[in-house]
Amino acid sequence: MSAPIVAVRSGTAVVLKYLTLVLACVVVLLPMVAVLMTALKTSKEVATGSALSPPHNWLNYHNFVTAFNKGDMLQGLFNTGFLLVFSVTGTVLIGSMTAYAIGRFNFRFKRVVVALFLLAALVPSVTTQVATFKIINFFGLVDTRWGPILLYTGTDIVSIYIFLQFIRSIPISLDESARLDGANAFTIYRKIIFPLLKPAIATVVIIKGIFVYNDFVSPFLYMPDANLGTVSTSLFRFKGPFGAHWEDISAGAILVIVPSLVIFLLLQRFIYNGLTRGAVK
Amino acid sequence: MTDTTSTGVGNPLSRKQLSGKQLSGKQLSGKQGVPREPNVPAAKQPPGTSRLHLLAPRKRTGAGERKLTPWLFMLVPLAFLAVFSYIPVVNLFRYSLTSWDGFSPTRPYVGLKNYVDLFTRPELFEVFFVCLYYLAASVVQLGLALYFATVLSFNVKFKNLFKGIIFFPYLVNGVAISFIFLYFFQPNGTLDSALRIIGVHGQHFWLGNPHLANVSLAGVSVWRYTGLDFVLFLGAIQSIPGDFYEAAEIDGASRWQQFRFIIAPGIKPIISLLTILAISGSISVFEVPFVMTGGANGTTTFVIQTFNQAFQFQKVGLASAAAVVLLAIVLVVTWIQRLLVPDEKDIV
Repeated sequence: MSAPIVAVRSGTAVVLKYLTLVLACVVVLLPMVAVLMTALKTSKEVATGSALSPPHNWLNYHNFVTAFNKGDMLQGLFNTGFLLVFSVTGTVLIGSMTAYAIGRFNFRFKRVVVALFLLAALVPSVTTQVATFKIINFFGLVDTRWGPILLYTGTDIVSIYIFLQFIRSIPISLDESARLDGANAFTIYRKIIFPLLKPAIATVVIIKGIFVYNDFVSPFLYMPDANLGTVSTSLFRFKGPFGAHWEDISAGAILVIVPSLVIFLLLQRFIYNGLTRGAVK
Repeated sequence: MTDTTSTGVGNPLSRKQLSGKQLSGKQLSGKQGVPREPNVPAAKQPPGTSRLHLLAPRKRTGAGERKLTPWLFMLVPLAFLAVFSYIPVVNLFRYSLTSWDGFSPTRPYVGLKNYVDLFTRPELFEVFFVCLYYLAASVVQLGLALYFATVLSFNVKFKNLFKGIIFFPYLVNGVAISFIFLYFFQPNGTLDSALRIIGVHGQHFWLGNPHLANVSLAGVSVWRYTGLDFVLFLGAIQSIPGDFYEAAEIDGASRWQQFRFIIAPGIKPIISLLTILAISGSISVFEVPFVMTGGANGTTTFVIQTFNQAFQFQKVGLASAAAVVLLAIVLVVTWIQRLLVPDEKDIV
């Protein structure tokens, strides 16, 4: 008796399930598709047509050229790349060294040190920028690329955590046999621990890379110089002179999104895993 | 090389010196299922005695050097931690008791005046209410993320496509998101055009109308962050062994019962993490409203106001007091959360 009812109910459930999924995709994609179409339009089309009307010529790349040149995107890419290379390297080194010290040694005040790192993780960095700015200024690093690099490198507790969890899964017998062969702590770190940390390093590089590429606050505060625009700040400044030229602004936004999309399509699985691993404390 | 014969000989000795942390390492690494110490039977080393061996002096390297090593590794990290995390917090406190303008050599002490100002001048206090929009948005966001994670953890066609699309906004640059939604919310922009298709006509000032502006901006925050929450939920749900569901199904459990008794307990830690993130996130909103409205029409957030005061109006004292209050809220909330949901795992 109940079988047909269950079938009908599960039938509606399936329809509802797909309906909500499709709706979610529309909500996610619609704002981006509208901007993509706008980027392909001429300024006349933008002024006369609706936001959702398709562009006349789907291969009109002129706005992208304007955005790339007038928006100083090349320089933005260079500066962002510079920040990426140094802060990701720094984070990996600092994070793995700290994790090695905490994970493999017993020392006095170890609990205190760990508590200090954990407590610092609770402080949202954006709230302390007023005081951090004075410190970066004190070192004379305002309007250099090193200010943001130091901040990215120095305050990343999540990556320490990722490394720590991973180091604990590396058998200690490896350290011990190396120690018996006469290796000192630094050699063990460099020759044994660090190479085995590869999966954790990949995780940290991905999480950090996404963060640095997308970060706006640090370059905005610490690199106000016109020659020091990153991808984010160049895009931000591009809007000023192009105020109402939505076709150009849209093209700029799309240019900034494309690298993220490419990386996402290539590294999907690593990104999902990295984020899940980074979050599950 | 991890030659078993060579480690087998040396292990008992070195194990004694290291066994203290070995124990704590064991507890945590256990769940990763990594084989540990196959050559030393655990029975040989009763855990109770191991701590004593820790204090035994090393043969080859001096005890002093051994004590120093971890500190050498943490020299730079600790220096960074002090300079970029703790000194700023201490300085914030110090500045907050002064009327410093940010550059003059003197910092006139004003006591608690900045704090009194913060809580008594309505235009300064208003920003607290703006947080509530984002807090409400995070609740919506968590609900949506949990729904889609649950749906996609069962059999669904085009699973990966749906997953990718729902997640992708999280990867998009914040400035680009702001521009996308400036266009989206423009009068006659994307939203108005889309509404026209389903029969709702007219121009709306989604960002210009002070009653709507914060709702619109909070909506952007939902669009941006649901994907992250969703992927985290999905990861937690998928780490639940599949035979749990099979067993439940055999016992005749409905989908809802499966959610209530299998999924919900499995994602508890993620929920408590995301709750903290939601609260500290909603008081530190900056980027999107700053780029989209610059704080106009009542959309000034706590951080926008703090930055304006510090970097534009040279009221570093007042801005610092605001930051201290912000910090205090985050810490208190985290503390309460820890009290309510005690952490089973310890990092040390």
